Amino acid sequence: MINMSEVIETNEMIEKENLDVRTITLGISLLDCIDSDLETLKKNIFDKITTTAKDLVKVGQDIEAEYGIPIVNKRISVTPIALVGGAACKKPEDFVELAKVLDEAAKTVGVNLIGGYSALVSKGTTSADELLIRSIPMALKNTERVCSSVNLGSTKTGINMDAVRLLGEIIKETAEIDKENDSMACMKLVVFCNAPDDNPFMAGAFHGVTEADAIINVGVSGPGVVKTALQKVRGESFEVLCETIKKTAFKVTRVGQLVAKEASQRLSIPFGIVDLSLAPTPAIGDSVADILCEIGLEYAGAPGTTAALALLNDQVKKGGVMASSYVGGLSGAFIPVSEDQGMIDAVKAGALTIEKLEAMTCVCSVGLDMIAIPGDTSCASISGIIADEMAIGMVNQKTTAVRIIPAIGKGVGETVEFGGLFGYAPIMPVNKFSCEAFISRKGRIPAPIHSFKN
Amino acid sequence: MKKTIITVVGKDTVGIIAKVCTYLAENKINILDISQTIVSGYFNMMMVVDREGATKHFQEISHDLEKVGEEIGVVIKCQREDIFDMMHRI
Repeated sequence: MINMSEVIETNEMIEKENLDVRTITLGISLLDCIDSDLETLKKNIFDKITTTAKDLVKVGQDIEAEYGIPIVNKRISVTPIALVGGAACKKPEDFVELAKVLDEAAKTVGVNLIGGYSALVSKGTTSADELLIRSIPMALKNTERVCSSVNLGSTKTGINMDAVRLLGEIIKETAEIDKENDSMACMKLVVFCNAPDDNPFMAGAFHGVTEADAIINVGVSGPGVVKTALQKVRGESFEVLCETIKKTAFKVTRVGQLVAKEASQRLSIPFGIVDLSLAPTPAIGDSVADILCEIGLEYAGAPGTTAALALLNDQVKKGGVMASSYVGGLSGAFIPVSEDQGMIDAVKAGALTIEKLEAMTCVCSVGLDMIAIPGDTSCASISGIIADEMAIGMVNQKTTAVRIIPAIGKGVGETVEFGGLFGYAPIMPVNKFSCEAFISRKGRIPAPIHSFKN
Repeated sequence: MKKTIITVVGKDTVGIIAKVCTYLAENKINILDISQTIVSGYFNMMMVVDREGATKHFQEISHDLEKVGEEIGVVIKCQREDIFDMMHRI
């Protein structure tokens, strides 16, 4: 039988160390909603989402109450809308109409974000994909809860550089169109290389075409729990350090597994995966950067950061994999700047640069995340940053992403405020030298050779 | 069996166990195990109970116990046992 110290340990994790389930994300396939008439398509989408997800929020709240574990977000991901809307949408404005329907459906069922306003263009761009991509600024401006993502490359296909160039322009346009709100609309737009089909985390969640009709995916989080555990092993060997992270990750992930199974059972929707993640929030003590400091760095970004992060990321996976029957999504430590007080402090102290963050993304999930850059950064430079990050993902057979916010009218030294879970971000300097001629080349970067397997 | 863990934490005072047990008895909730300790004046108690026979719904019981706690100045939490089992048992 469970003993008192175990109960106290669990409850301290929840109450003092910010252990929570970050999200229950319900993936819904919209492929059966497809119609060539826009109005019929809109109705089909709204009906499917509001029917499938009608109990999602209530079930989430019940589980929270019964187990005493906070479930911070209840969310929905849908089939990439470029696929769903291709037959009906003839201009970008038509896609914006679909974004509004997603927003309305999200509000009706009470979820705070809905992902899947997406296009998958890793090798080539269909005309529907391009219409959707061109509609992104208007769609994000005119909706509250819709999140957008674009997959620009993969290890198997290489990188679609035409789309990389276009996205540089689209990110800038999204920032411009929302400049009175510190360009916050850019928070809801992420580009990927090797995007997973079952990611529960926003803004990059979409319901892949390889998935079933509906599925429950869960993302866990617990940087504070790992940090507290590591405080007890200061100065110990790497063996002890790694074992401690592994054991803690196991415990954190078990809670995610429990919540996922329970939600799946109550909603009669199959359980998909648990995403083994350390996802920080701006709350004090809920920081991945603080774990790196606890491992032995003065600030995140100091020499040794990449090694410490590699170790952390790997141990989280090793501990988490055994705790869950199915693992997927992004799985690893997240290093968003604005959502992590320790990262913000590191940037302010001058310890952390975009270049160091880029190096860190080679060894963890996911990529350059929630980074504010000067508003006068050129579209080509944004595309260059994206191309670099996509190349890391392509060559290393991992998911990488870019979610950057060009803060229009602001420069290095100033900050942008996003509010709530999204925090605030000091604007980071971008390398001033041009990559215009590189980015303006047409076509794609071929897929890399990994070995001569055949 | 619907095993539930009740934890009570707060400043020690007369009748904490009595109050909680009275509520449980009135609501046909069977106590399976109690452990209790006092650390520097603070009362820590954990009860394992079975709410198989209870007529009230989990959330109602949890809410009632929270109120009982407020009356006597302690924090009472009610959680299904599975979360502890999952975390501490393979």
